[in-house]
Amino acid sequence: MGAAPASRDVTSYGMGLAAPLALFFLFFFVAPLLQLLWLSLHNDTAALHWGLGQYLHFLTDPFSLSVLGSTLLLGAEVTAVCLVLGFPIAWLYQRVGPRLQTIIILIVLLPLLTSVVVRTFAWIVILGRQGIINATLQSLGIIDTPLKLLYTQFGVVIALAQVQMPLMTLPLITALGRIDPNLDDASCSLGAGSWRTFFRIVLPLSLPGVIAGCTLTYAAAITAFITQSLIGGGQMLFMPMYLYQQASTLQNWPFASAISIIFLLAVLAVVSVFTTLGRLSRGYGGA
Amino acid sequence: MAEAQGGRSLVVDAVTHRYPSGALAVENINLDVKGGEIIALLGPSGCGKTTLLRIIAGFIAQSQGRIIIGDDIVDALPPNRRAVGIVFQNYALFPHLSISENVGYGLAARGIDKATRQREAQRLLELVQLPAMAERLPRQLSGGQQQRVALARALAIKPSILLLDEPFAALDKNLRLDMQIEIKRLQRVSGITTLIVTHDQEEALSMADRVAVLGHGKLEQFGTPSDVYDRPQTLFVNTFVGSSNRMPGVVISADRTAAKVRLDAGAEIIARPAGGVLTEGGRVTVCIRPEHLQFVGDETGFAGVVGMSLPLGATVVHEVTTADGSGVKISQARIGETRALESGAAVRLAPLAPSLANAFPATL
Ligand SMILES: Nc1ncnc2c1ncn2[C@@H]1O[C@H](COP(=O)(O)OP(=O)(O)O)[C@@H](O)[C@H]1O
Ligand SMILES: [Mg+2]
Repeated sequence: MGAAPASRDVTSYGMGLAAPLALFFLFFFVAPLLQLLWLSLHNDTAALHWGLGQYLHFLTDPFSLSVLGSTLLLGAEVTAVCLVLGFPIAWLYQRVGPRLQTIIILIVLLPLLTSVVVRTFAWIVILGRQGIINATLQSLGIIDTPLKLLYTQFGVVIALAQVQMPLMTLPLITALGRIDPNLDDASCSLGAGSWRTFFRIVLPLSLPGVIAGCTLTYAAAITAFITQSLIGGGQMLFMPMYLYQQASTLQNWPFASAISIIFLLAVLAVVSVFTTLGRLSRGYGGA
Repeated sequence: MAEAQGGRSLVVDAVTHRYPSGALAVENINLDVKGGEIIALLGPSGCGKTTLLRIIAGFIAQSQGRIIIGDDIVDALPPNRRAVGIVFQNYALFPHLSISENVGYGLAARGIDKATRQREAQRLLELVQLPAMAERLPRQLSGGQQQRVALARALAIKPSILLLDEPFAALDKNLRLDMQIEIKRLQRVSGITTLIVTHDQEEALSMADRVAVLGHGKLEQFGTPSDVYDRPQTLFVNTFVGSSNRMPGVVISADRTAAKVRLDAGAEIIARPAGGVLTEGGRVTVCIRPEHLQFVGDETGFAGVVGMSLPLGATVVHEVTTADGSGVKISQARIGETRALESGAAVRLAPLAPSLANAFPATL
């Protein structure tokens, strides 16, 4: 230990340099959060009477619970779609030449370079009654009446999946890139076919990336206010919009606060499941 | 491993490979390996050794030529059906599987049940002298141990050919010698046909029954270690395998077994025509190994001035500058009090015997 007096343990450095960031978090994150908690613990809109009424109301109201349930389900669906579509892209990325890699990265990143609002409106153009999909199917004579794509769960999932795809693909590309390509060859020379190699070697070793991608995608999908509202229309209600209505339209700040806290806890629960899985899989990816 | 098939033969028949990028990696390689032989594929970095190995294993489809294992042309078989065992340079152990699972991986792919797999893995780990490591993960093992595991894993599928890509490059010197002996022992016991890729000529000469020397994608010579070392067929082999002084000269007279050459350094010597026909008056390069030169008395040999002397343990190497200004190395066994040669001393040098000087037609 004492042999190297010049190099101090990193944890022993003064925390002074972190102070600006800490102050920023204190004022703009911790303080509002505490205020939210304080508000949610009042039974009346004027916030005069303490009580757990808002939470009781939410947890006994079938409508509120169904909004929470459908939001968490939406996140799961979007995450699943992103994983199923993103994994092959990431896998392909590691197996093509440098020029194609550049093109794939560009395609993956492109959504990030346009505004969410613009991308969402593009999906309205694609999914609408007179949209590209319906017009094509109709002119091909495959369908007679337009399909209802917009304002459906399906439409929201597809649009969100496209919007959040980079959050899944980028961690996957990183994780797959860390796997020694010789492992593929070693597995193959030992007699394993490509499916065995995939399920026994590639997938377990890419788990850290899968978990990181799922956590990011999930968190982003369930809180994606704009896309959820525009594609879902008035007919589908998810937590962010529900919250917004209670706060902005109905001015019921204590209930809105309670919704936020419950939503936050639900998201934290899901994310901690992911991270626990991540910790369990860390035994793997290390190499 | 007494039950292993006695090692199948391997024929590399006129194999040429050009990468899609246009690089010609190997060109018209012919090798005929008998069952049970150890062959070293020796050549400098970038000469196409790994490419040839990957072609034999089936990871690369060669542009031209055939690979024949035993009696079968295997060109149409994917790597997982060639029964070729490979030990990769970085071992490529599966980091998330235990040592026992690593060794049993190939058996699992063949649908063998878990109990049998574990028993077989344990037997192989005992063979490579790591019986107590079965439950560990690869990263908990040292480099030499990982390599033994990689070897056990490759042997588990009872391959007909064993390929090793620069197997000792990452090991330190003492461990390298241990592993060389170990691999040679395992090869003897199993009788498995083995191809070792290396750029280390000592390794090739000490381990292999026959050595294939590759240079720039071409097969320069394929022969026993003493063939390659004592009777090199090309200038490349002579200078790459062992060290050699290259001395330019002119042919005075030549027949098939001996040539009289006038060295630019200023002496006439008899040399062995090593690389084809020599014509009178033609320029040649004569190769003489440092240990095949001796100091001689006046009037014979060629003159030079001693520069630096390097004592290298059992031998002393002197650097001598000759009359034409080129440098020549001579190595002497250190027997008792070797005559100390001072820098600047005038000396005369000559080859120990005519057969130890090889003359190659100069290429220009
Ligand atoms: N995947 C590849 N694509 C293009 N050229 C390659 C590839 N792999 C190797 N080469 C080229 O082929 C030649 C032989 O390479 P390699 O077989 O790896 O040599 P060695 O193993 O003897 O060092 C080199 O010139 C190298 O640049
Ligand atoms: Mg190589």
